[in-house]
Amino acid sequence: MKINLKINGQSRQFLIEPNEYLLDVLRKNDYLSVRRGCDNTSCGVCTVLIDNKPVPSCSVLAARCENKEITTVEGVEKEVEKLARYFGELGADQCGYCNPSMALTVYALKLENKNASIEEVKEYLVGNLCRCTGYIAQHEAIMKYLGDES
Amino acid sequence: MKVVNNLTHSIDGMGIMKGRKAFTDDFAEKDTLIVKVMRSPYAYAKILEINDSEARKLEGIEMVLTHKDFKRIPFTRAGQGYPEPSPHDKFVLDEYVRYIGDEVLAVVGRSDEICDKALSLIKVEYEVLEPVLDFETAKDNPIVIHPENEIHEMFDIGFQPKRNIAASYAMEIGDVKKSLSECEYVIKETFYTQAQAHVMLEPHTVNARMDYQNRLCIYSATQTPFHVRRIISQGLEIPLSKIRVIKPRVGGGFGGKQAIHGEMLVAYVTYKTNKPTKMIYSRKEVFESSYSRHPMRIEMTLGADKDGRLKAINCEGLSDTGAYGEHALTVFMVTGSKVLPLYNKVDSVRFAGDIVYTNHTPAGAFRGYGAIQGNFALESAVDILCKKMKMDPILFRQINMMKEKETSPIFAIMGEGTAGTAMIMETCKLEECIEKGMALIGWKDKYPRIESKDKIRSVGMAIAMQGSGIPYIDMGSATIKLNDDGFYNLMVGATEIGQGSDTVLTQIAAEELMTTVDKVVIYSSDTDLTPFDVGAYASSTTYISGNAVWKAAKELKEKMIVEAARILKTKVENIDFDGKTFMNRASNEKITLVDLSNQITYSHEQKQLQVTSSYVGHKSPPPFMAGFVEIEIDKATYEIDILHYVSVVDCGTTINPMLAKGQVDGAIVQGLGMAHFEEVIYGANGKLISSDMLNYKIPTRLDIKKLTTVFVDSYEETGPFGAKSVGEIGIDTPPAALANAVANALDVRITTLPVTSEKIFKEIRRINDEK
Repeated sequence: MKINLKINGQSRQFLIEPNEYLLDVLRKNDYLSVRRGCDNTSCGVCTVLIDNKPVPSCSVLAARCENKEITTVEGVEKEVEKLARYFGELGADQCGYCNPSMALTVYALKLENKNASIEEVKEYLVGNLCRCTGYIAQHEAIMKYLGDES
Repeated sequence: MKVVNNLTHSIDGMGIMKGRKAFTDDFAEKDTLIVKVMRSPYAYAKILEINDSEARKLEGIEMVLTHKDFKRIPFTRAGQGYPEPSPHDKFVLDEYVRYIGDEVLAVVGRSDEICDKALSLIKVEYEVLEPVLDFETAKDNPIVIHPENEIHEMFDIGFQPKRNIAASYAMEIGDVKKSLSECEYVIKETFYTQAQAHVMLEPHTVNARMDYQNRLCIYSATQTPFHVRRIISQGLEIPLSKIRVIKPRVGGGFGGKQAIHGEMLVAYVTYKTNKPTKMIYSRKEVFESSYSRHPMRIEMTLGADKDGRLKAINCEGLSDTGAYGEHALTVFMVTGSKVLPLYNKVDSVRFAGDIVYTNHTPAGAFRGYGAIQGNFALESAVDILCKKMKMDPILFRQINMMKEKETSPIFAIMGEGTAGTAMIMETCKLEECIEKGMALIGWKDKYPRIESKDKIRSVGMAIAMQGSGIPYIDMGSATIKLNDDGFYNLMVGATEIGQGSDTVLTQIAAEELMTTVDKVVIYSSDTDLTPFDVGAYASSTTYISGNAVWKAAKELKEKMIVEAARILKTKVENIDFDGKTFMNRASNEKITLVDLSNQITYSHEQKQLQVTSSYVGHKSPPPFMAGFVEIEIDKATYEIDILHYVSVVDCGTTINPMLAKGQVDGAIVQGLGMAHFEEVIYGANGKLISSDMLNYKIPTRLDIKKLTTVFVDSYEETGPFGAKSVGEIGIDTPPAALANAVANALDVRITTLPVTSEKIFKEIRRINDEK
């Protein structure tokens, strides 16, 4: 079947199987920043924005995304750059496998609530697991990013 | 120092967060065969018959591989140097399956869906055998897990497969029995640790193709690209020269990617079919069918004199290596060798035990590598002894622990799989670590506990040590090349797995060459293009590979100065170099590095300046740390809230202070996972039930309240710019520190990991029942 998506502002049409997940469709079509960490929405690595809401793409059927707006990190590069600089400054980078998905979730939070408290940040991002950093440096970087009006 | 020990952003964080093509699967061919493995539903069985005729007929199925397709060449997946200290007890595919999740056969097809369909059509007839699921009854059990004759050890590791023993070890210094009989205070306790899972977020991933020179080119998410190349060559009898292994960005390893996982099958299929092939482990396969930490039983006996001086340690262990013996001996030895020297003033110390086979998921390398298990036992036992002696546990440690310029006879006796290397602790700042940590956690005000109406707050602590590479075994090397326009390429075999080694090694080169990190372009871990390195394990990269980089940079600088002297027509001794300009001190004549590099590249006496250097450690200087935890326990539910963890670390110079802190923070949280969150659950039939992230709970960001990580001043003379290792040390203290904090709160001693509310509840009920 065919679906129409708007990915990072660009209209695309894909030929898909009805049972294909959005994650697999995106990767097949070279949106390689979207990656798999698990198979049951428990790690957050595959997060993309669907109409600006963070959603784990491993569990969304592509067929259900007809005419939706999908955002990957490539679609919000300027914001990601800002966040990445704070990550660098605070030593929050490690393997980075989860970083594009986390950047998207943080960006969505900023759209919703740029005055989020640290507790609200933790709540919002709780589905984005990280096994490398111990989280603390990430939170410091995210708070700085949320406070950055530039 | 301008670059080292200064704020330097990781060199790759920006590109990674922007989602640039970086990880193994990003490099898989579009039109690729997929390998999928049928996993054993039985803990122990013999495959009698495989009926795959329907599957083979499926359109899009390329092959069905069974044990009959492979020559019987036993190997070990461990991913260690050669000869390995792990038994060669594994076949690519075998007629026996030895745990639920073991490989039965593999299907190779054009898509995931076709492979799944094929798997559903294959009928396998098994002779189901009774498994050995209790590691305490494995030794000399009539059920033998490895009856096959071809398997063997590479050198004496105590391998006795007919007794279900993968390896065994024993050593004694002094006479422990006699020492204990002379002690005023003796305690004995048995501890159990669980099969922690690594849960790196990138699953095991590998893909292969034949390149235009008809060579096998493999991208693998591995910590050990050179070992992978060797093991594939030996196991599949493909000439080493025909194989290239490239390690792209790796999404976390923690030891889990030291071993080879899908590489054998993928390499075999591509070599056989000439077609691109890939395999990605499902998350369930990562849990169930890769490997975990070795679960252990550790019996610890401590004896002290009336003044609180520790006189004797007797440590008897039993380790469960599961179905295969990866890292069986070496992990177990580290349980002794990187734990017991903490208390070096004893008259006698004994360490012994067996590493047994069971029909569980195999165990292997995992950050901490035996030390976290041993540390939990020893540092819990020390607090138990202190309670018996009514002695302050901090004072006890201050009196009995390792101090600077001291040594332990254990270092010479115990290495990793072989004898060890004697060494003096040229740097050991444990005293300062304890003092600072006490201040940062507020020990004096909070020890042992503060009680309120509903809650009890308490503190607990532990000290730890690790190593920095394996002396006389681990080798790292680096090539540095000067380019026109005066910038450098740095090629290293060292393996960046997210810990920041590419950044740290770049900083070391930049510091020595007196330049900035942007002028040093690193490329790592490609068996065709980079010089050899054992890989990312044993806390070796900063110390071993870092020393190789440092040496190469020094040698390249000398070569550049020779060129400058030639151009400026003077002696080498007259040349000063500040990173940008060479100056003849005698004449004040100058040439910039840019001009020099352009001249030797294009116009006059052209040559390529390049240096390759290697480094092998002659010792393994341990980093040390003191870890302190503050917890709050609910009096009604015994729920444990971890409020604060303080780590004070002596790792020598921190090459990159922020990344070093990241290593410790991350390891503390992973250690807290082992201490409190990560329960491993098996079904009665031996099935791993905690085989996804919903049933196996790693700490989330809501669980981590506050971490304070600081480094004490320390300079290790043999390390690059004074550095020791920092990758593993952070994981060791949380289990004992937490158990000690619980004991300080409730007078209840939990001796099995993880320490949970349920166990506290049960223990309190048991104590009350006894009363």
